[in-house]
Amino acid sequence: MTIEDHSRAESPAASGLRESATFDRATIAAIQNAARTGIYDIRGGGAKRKLPHLDDLLFLGASMSRYPLEGYRERCDTDVVLGGKHASKPLRLSTPVTIAGMSFGALSGRAKESLGRGASEVGTSTTTGDGGMTEEERGHSKHLVYQYLPSRYGMNPDHLRAADAIEVVLGQGAKPGGGGMLLGQKITERVAGMRTLPAGIDQRSACRHPDWTGPDDLAIKITELREITDWEKPIYVKIGASRPYYDVKLAVKSGADVVVLDGMQGGTAATQDVFIEHVGIPTLAALPEAVRALQEMGEHRRVQLIVSGGIRNGADVAKCLALGADAVAIGTAALIALGDNDPALEEEYRRLGSAAGYYDDWQDGRDPAGITTQDPDLQQRLDPVEGGTRVANFLRVLTMEAQIIARACGKAHLLHLEPEDLVALTIEAAAMSRRPLAGTSWVPGAGA
Amino acid sequence: MAALNAKNGIAAGNEPDAPTATVADVPLGASAARHSGTVTVDLAEVTVRQLNAALHAEPAGSRTRYRVLNPAGEHALAAGIGAPLDVRIDGHAGYYAAGMNMRAAVEIHGNAGTGVAENMMSGRVHVRGDASQSAGATAHGGLLVIDGNAGARCGISLKGADIVVGGDAGHMSAFMAQAGRLVICGDAGDALGDSLYEARIYVRGRVASLGADCVEKEMRPEHRQELSELLTAAGRDDDPSAFRRYGSARTLYHFHVDNARAY
Ligand SMILES: Cc1cc2nc3c(=O)[nH]c(=O)nc-3n(C[C@H](O)[C@H](O)[C@H](O)COP(=O)(O)O)c2cc1C
Repeated sequence: MTIEDHSRAESPAASGLRESATFDRATIAAIQNAARTGIYDIRGGGAKRKLPHLDDLLFLGASMSRYPLEGYRERCDTDVVLGGKHASKPLRLSTPVTIAGMSFGALSGRAKESLGRGASEVGTSTTTGDGGMTEEERGHSKHLVYQYLPSRYGMNPDHLRAADAIEVVLGQGAKPGGGGMLLGQKITERVAGMRTLPAGIDQRSACRHPDWTGPDDLAIKITELREITDWEKPIYVKIGASRPYYDVKLAVKSGADVVVLDGMQGGTAATQDVFIEHVGIPTLAALPEAVRALQEMGEHRRVQLIVSGGIRNGADVAKCLALGADAVAIGTAALIALGDNDPALEEEYRRLGSAAGYYDDWQDGRDPAGITTQDPDLQQRLDPVEGGTRVANFLRVLTMEAQIIARACGKAHLLHLEPEDLVALTIEAAAMSRRPLAGTSWVPGAGA
Repeated sequence: MAALNAKNGIAAGNEPDAPTATVADVPLGASAARHSGTVTVDLAEVTVRQLNAALHAEPAGSRTRYRVLNPAGEHALAAGIGAPLDVRIDGHAGYYAAGMNMRAAVEIHGNAGTGVAENMMSGRVHVRGDASQSAGATAHGGLLVIDGNAGARCGISLKGADIVVGGDAGHMSAFMAQAGRLVICGDAGDALGDSLYEARIYVRGRVASLGADCVEKEMRPEHRQELSELLTAAGRDDDPSAFRRYGSARTLYHFHVDNARAY
């Protein structure tokens, strides 16, 4: 091998070649794909580009003027009550970390069962999704939130009454303004039956609700749902982060007990890449606006706020709570806990043209981890008991990590975390969170 | 039945048309009244919540008759019933009357607002007047009869129920309708059956325009037969041979770049 050969083998960059920041390799591949196939990319997951996020915030911890609590000794409580404003039976959860709505159809029945088992073990809730309520999930989920979506697939008053809360879905952070899709290869007889559609077709979930438009109608719709369920169930309203200040106000005015706010990093089972990456605003940008809306209405903490979109660890949980959320929801991280993108599956990912750590073809139905598939053989790879244990482990770690931070900030309950515990690491994050840039007292846009 | 005892305005009589009495102290649970009589509920006196709580508290097989007076366009009237009750509403209903109905027969002697019988599972809802938008939206089963006209999006996202409209139906009716049958004895508005799946549509009058992927189809004997049964069930005597049938061309069932112009 000559010296020249050697350096080429190392990396193009090592031999002085420079990759374009504008036309990077993923961009080049996307153009080549579009030119070859005439179709855009559809994929799972959330926004992949770098966005201002919770990592851009830091906790200050205790100091001369703040008392910490003793780790491993002093209590830091984690329980939350969701939906008590109008509902006679609010949800009482042991941790503010919940499982987000993911449809049966997108996920296998065993994946839904695993999530139910894991969440129930730690005393939190799971959420159905487009496609209706399955026995696997109702049977294993102690606290089950039933989504009320534009498609109304499988919508049924018995399930409405069997649920512990109802979530009216307006949008998702990955695609505010978008409907859903489930590609034909995932529409098995069972999935098709639950959705009253022919098996094997590419299935479209509506983007607008069929029988209401706007907040005035929504108020009447919520009343109907309360009437049907005798005012027992908390009613959530889920919005994709786009105009959170106004949407939260309108959701509360329409009678929501709980608002679910999903930022643009939030995952999806199948959406056009251009939609995921270019519509909606980041979780960090949306959350403070939602809290401001609630505070102005005098409803902060009376109407609970659940935040999702890129929650990965206990620090993310603690930061959301400190900014004013009452709970968080996880989707993508829960799938990873179940075994998605496991390096042990590297070879199989390669065969699908992907790699462990990159796999996002959740729309495709050939998931080697057996999670985002309806294939009978692939599904068998996920053991729901083991999967449940992994989910429970992960939820416990998230909760304990959040407690570690809360104790360091002197808080005896996770919900005592407050904005004053935080500073920002970047100017963008400071402007979005309205917390000062670390080491300064500067909040861009605040004051004079 | 606690809700019924709570307030004036719900009365039990032994005859279907027994006059309303104000009977604050009469417990409605009296079995004679429940089995053979009509329960009369005056919404000038009690709330919709009390009415619905009473309807929901009926035991599974109950065929009790209810008569609702002074509905005054209230919303969610008789929503969420699970028993085979017989409910007559004397006057106009607001949004979502008989929403998610299961098993009951609900008759509205007046007009109905948005979303009448939305997501009905079974039973029968009969609107004697006109119905507003999204009548029978997403309904999975049962029969919705509208003697008058229906507004826009009648039978939107229909999932197996049958709808018979005596008059005209507005634009975007049967939008994305998946299963079930929509019969329009008058004219249909624009974009009928847009993005239709497997639901079948029968129209007697003029169709302003067909939506994406909706086409006229041959009326075969089995279609005339089912249409005739639907008309009979709706209490109508229109001639089935005067109708045309519409259904999905099924060209949008798979996302394909060549279809991009259709949507
Ligand atoms: C596989 C998958 C399926 C989903 N299905 C639904 C759905 O049916 N309804 C819905 O409201 N959101 C759905 N979502 C979005 C989640 O509810 C949630 O908003 C999102 O996953 C949160 O962001 P995260 O993935 O970064 O945790 C889905 C997400 C994933 C990953």
